[in-house]
Amino acid sequence: MSGLLMRSLDRYAVAFFVLLAAVAILVPLANLTLPAGHPLHVSTYAVALVGKYLCYALLALSVDLIWGYVGILSLGHGAFFALGGYAMGMYLMRQIGTRGVYGHPELPDFMVFLDWKELPWFWHGFDQFWFAMIMVVVVPGLLAFVFGWFAFRSRVTGVYLSIITQALTFALMLAFFRNNMGFGGNNGLTDFKDILGFNLQAGTTRAGLFIASAIALGLGFLICRMLVRSRIGQVLIAIRDAESRTRFLGYRVEAYKVFVFTLSAAMAGVAGALYVPQVGIINPSEFAPANSIEVVIWVAVGGRGTLFGPVIGAVLVNYAKTYFTGALPDAWLFALGGLFVFVTLFLPQGIVGAVRQGWGKVSRRKRSGDEPAKPASQAAE
Amino acid sequence: MTSEQLAAGSILYLDNVTVSFDGFKALNNLSFVVAPGEMRAIIGPNGAGKTTMMDVVTGKTRPDEGDILFAGHTDLTKLDEADIAELGIGRKFQKPTVFESHTVRGNLELALKTDRRVFNVLFGATRADEAERIDEILETIRLKDRRASLAANLSHGQKQWLEIGMLLAQEPKLLLVDEPAAGMTDAETAETAVLLREIAKEQSVVVVEHDMTFVRDLGVKVTVLHEGHVLAEGSMDDVSNDDKVIEVYLGR
Repeated sequence: MSGLLMRSLDRYAVAFFVLLAAVAILVPLANLTLPAGHPLHVSTYAVALVGKYLCYALLALSVDLIWGYVGILSLGHGAFFALGGYAMGMYLMRQIGTRGVYGHPELPDFMVFLDWKELPWFWHGFDQFWFAMIMVVVVPGLLAFVFGWFAFRSRVTGVYLSIITQALTFALMLAFFRNNMGFGGNNGLTDFKDILGFNLQAGTTRAGLFIASAIALGLGFLICRMLVRSRIGQVLIAIRDAESRTRFLGYRVEAYKVFVFTLSAAMAGVAGALYVPQVGIINPSEFAPANSIEVVIWVAVGGRGTLFGPVIGAVLVNYAKTYFTGALPDAWLFALGGLFVFVTLFLPQGIVGAVRQGWGKVSRRKRSGDEPAKPASQAAE
Repeated sequence: MTSEQLAAGSILYLDNVTVSFDGFKALNNLSFVVAPGEMRAIIGPNGAGKTTMMDVVTGKTRPDEGDILFAGHTDLTKLDEADIAELGIGRKFQKPTVFESHTVRGNLELALKTDRRVFNVLFGATRADEAERIDEILETIRLKDRRASLAANLSHGQKQWLEIGMLLAQEPKLLLVDEPAAGMTDAETAETAVLLREIAKEQSVVVVEHDMTFVRDLGVKVTVLHEGHVLAEGSMDDVSNDDKVIEVYLGR
């Protein structure tokens, strides 16, 4: 186990952790300690924005784990993200207490508005932080387990699987839009006041959430890295490359797939839970099929099956989105579409893959004559 | 001999196996028996049911009718691919299928006979005796100096051998090999025949093959399939002199 930890922490991974730690410390610090006029001051808006990117990066990581390493193209991971977000949102709603518009001690505003008399059974327990945090992992995980159990046992693969994951997130979106589902209908859950007693609008709380997101991303990265470097990771890659060969060697492919799919969904749930308090709202549009597809674009842009790539892709694409939607709002969808076409045509391995290839060429030239050149993908490991 | 006696003394026993796809009978009352330690060649024209036969034995396809017994008593028709592989039946595909992003060594490690359940695999590492076993296999399949290469960089013939090596690592009691010589050079084909004969010293092997020279090289009992059932059985010389066989297959 400790050997595996060491193997997972090569210099690239260490560099990643150092960079992530620097961001986690410096961004909140520059926000809290430097005066507003200071050139290095980071606005609270920017903290929330980067915090959001970190959550997206964790979501992208969860997609890379199953798409990049097992070849399962999920176009429904936004659903797991949203479910984690709703679990957190339910806790935050319960924290509002009597401060809501209607001042009901137990029922959130939207339930009072719908003239409900008591809390639906599934809202019980969410006044406790620990319970909500368990649900953040369990609800998406359980859904993924049940979904995966049926889909993978029936040997649904490829495009068909991608389509039913789209259907899954679409169905959930329609369900959550309904008022009598009990999750606030199309308004979703919002007007949050505080988390664990800390005011959500306070700079320190925002800094805390930012750091928590960075830690979650770091842990998610470490878990994925250890998993793909372990023996199980070798089996996963084997499934990706030659599923029937793996099966005829005696591996129960569906068990491996269900395991990773569940783990990945739980990670997406955590990302959603950290996202909601930072953006201040969760509504059914998070289940929109297009969201899940966008995540896949982040992964493809950064580099599928690299773990670094999805993090880079999520941050870059979302930064571009923030920039474009501010500067040229009408151009964003064209830019996103163009980006995807560009990456597919010219960077099939994504940014990280392209860098590795370039780097492999350089280092091969340097060592020419020494030893037979290794393929690029190995040289960069 | 009664069918019970036949089954009891066999490694693989097929009795009246029928598989139909949309009314087309891919296997039609197919029966044959492979004895422990035997190497058997199966030939037949395209569509004779060779690959379907492998599919039903390895659990990929369920037969509509008939019995398939392994080692005289285990009913294979109730089990899935992973169960059957665990029992000790290895299968080599027609198209060489190896894990291209893994090294040659990594491919063999994955195939080694170990606990394959998810949580037991999670933190496993390769043990010393396993490493030794891998070296042995690398020797057998003539890939010792390619051990660190990615499987993707092997030649077609080497991939075929690597796949055979993976089956050996699985330590099967019965090996099913689908057209091992397809796409190989003449030298590689001859080498493969030697390799298979070596393997057959310890395991029962069923080879499906098109290449007549190769089957002749193997020098074993031959079963000729035609339209999903057995047309003739015997030595290569016997079957190639059989009128029915000449008519449907060799004569053309």
